[in-house]
Amino acid sequence: MQQSVDSAQAIAESDALAVERTLAGDRDAYRVLVERHSHSVFRLAYRMTGNRHDAEEVVQEAFLRGYQKLGQFAARANFGTWVYRIAANYAIDRMRQRQKENALRETPRVEDREGTENDPVNRVPDEAPTPERLTQSLELRKQMERALAALSEAERTAFVMRHWEGCGIEEIAGVLKSSSSAAKNTVFRAVQKLRHALQPFVETKAQARAMGTES
Amino acid sequence: MRHMREEELIAYREGVAERRAVIADHLSACEKCRAEMERIEAVLAALDTLPVPDPGADYGRQVWKEIAPRLAEQPGRWWQAWFEPRRLAAAGGIVALIVAAFVAGRITKHGGIGDNVVNKEQVRERVLVVAVGEHLGHSERMLIELSNEAPDNPKQKEVDISAEQRRAEDLLQENRLYRQTALREGDAGLASVLDELERVLLDVAHSPGEVTPAQLEAIQKKIEARGILFKVRVVNKELQQRQEASKPAPQNDSAKRERNKV
Repeated sequence: MQQSVDSAQAIAESDALAVERTLAGDRDAYRVLVERHSHSVFRLAYRMTGNRHDAEEVVQEAFLRGYQKLGQFAARANFGTWVYRIAANYAIDRMRQRQKENALRETPRVEDREGTENDPVNRVPDEAPTPERLTQSLELRKQMERALAALSEAERTAFVMRHWEGCGIEEIAGVLKSSSSAAKNTVFRAVQKLRHALQPFVETKAQARAMGTES
Repeated sequence: MRHMREEELIAYREGVAERRAVIADHLSACEKCRAEMERIEAVLAALDTLPVPDPGADYGRQVWKEIAPRLAEQPGRWWQAWFEPRRLAAAGGIVALIVAAFVAGRITKHGGIGDNVVNKEQVRERVLVVAVGEHLGHSERMLIELSNEAPDNPKQKEVDISAEQRRAEDLLQENRLYRQTALREGDAGLASVLDELERVLLDVAHSPGEVTPAQLEAIQKKIEARGILFKVRVVNKELQQRQEASKPAPQNDSAKRERNKV
């Protein structure tokens, strides 16, 4: 535990140094920040946008905007959190744009078709116990994607940031430009909607115990 | 005993509950609320199985490679970004479009108010059609060249595609602009093809400048599999037809004289 705290501290200090050097005109110092934080920003962007193409665009745009606004960051300590926030804001814009695009399109989106072809879930794993089980897990996966897609941008953002990325409520409120209590409510609404959409497809521990299938 | 509300249980599970100790005590004593909590947890646990693709170990380097040419020399001064060559080119393109639309609008301004609105719409459409047509032509040429790239001899270990890669980077910027414009104009078909083209351009722009023959073949197969060259040609042809159709019909002299009286 202490080791990970020390490591996080060391990264924050190293980030702060890289920011200082970038601001002093050493453009290559920004490269350190980009290479260090790209994966985590990609993860956030992918979970928010739901597709790789948009996620990659969000990552690039977040680091470009971060560079352009770096002067405003100088006083703060955590570059990772800061660029995260920029990425989340841009991802919200991208999701809104996608919604408009989808409303205009009548044919299925390209990534939907590609997603089905390249989807890791669709590649039958060797350890798949039975075809029924596989069908169930594919169906569940589709339902989960649909349920996430049905959330509003704010709900999806709040859920991704809180549940998957462990961001603080203040941070989420900052991205949503809302109060802390409104951000909490948004997290609640998101989980509630997901729950109601997915409950019929999910086996609870109690059901598993009753059926003797709990691992 | 008052049972916990769904809101309280979700807040507790997500670590944002204010009365954590109270809820924890209640859960340890109440079977009904524990079962309810299990149902919430089962849904969240299922959601946790949704995978995030691994962008690859060198993803950070790829991102840097993509954005480095677009960074200004000094950070923090927003206006500097607008003076980068690429942005200047893009901004120049937009200015040219606006000027062309304005000039064309002035030229066709002589009709009545109704005519003027229609003309402006037509001009805007024509300007977009011409610009996108040109962009698709450039993209098509780049993709054809890339599709025809091959090692000079069987022993050659790497093929230089850096020229195509740089062109793809430039085209990518333009493509985003036109895709967004097409969407704003409500042209879903054009936006869809531009979206597909963008993916191909992104792939090429992200490729290394020098690739092995196997990598080159994989890129070429990808281009072929998507059928993007065919789609680009079809859309370009359609745009040319639209361009022809939107050209104003020649007016006879008497009609012109009548208009000039107004």
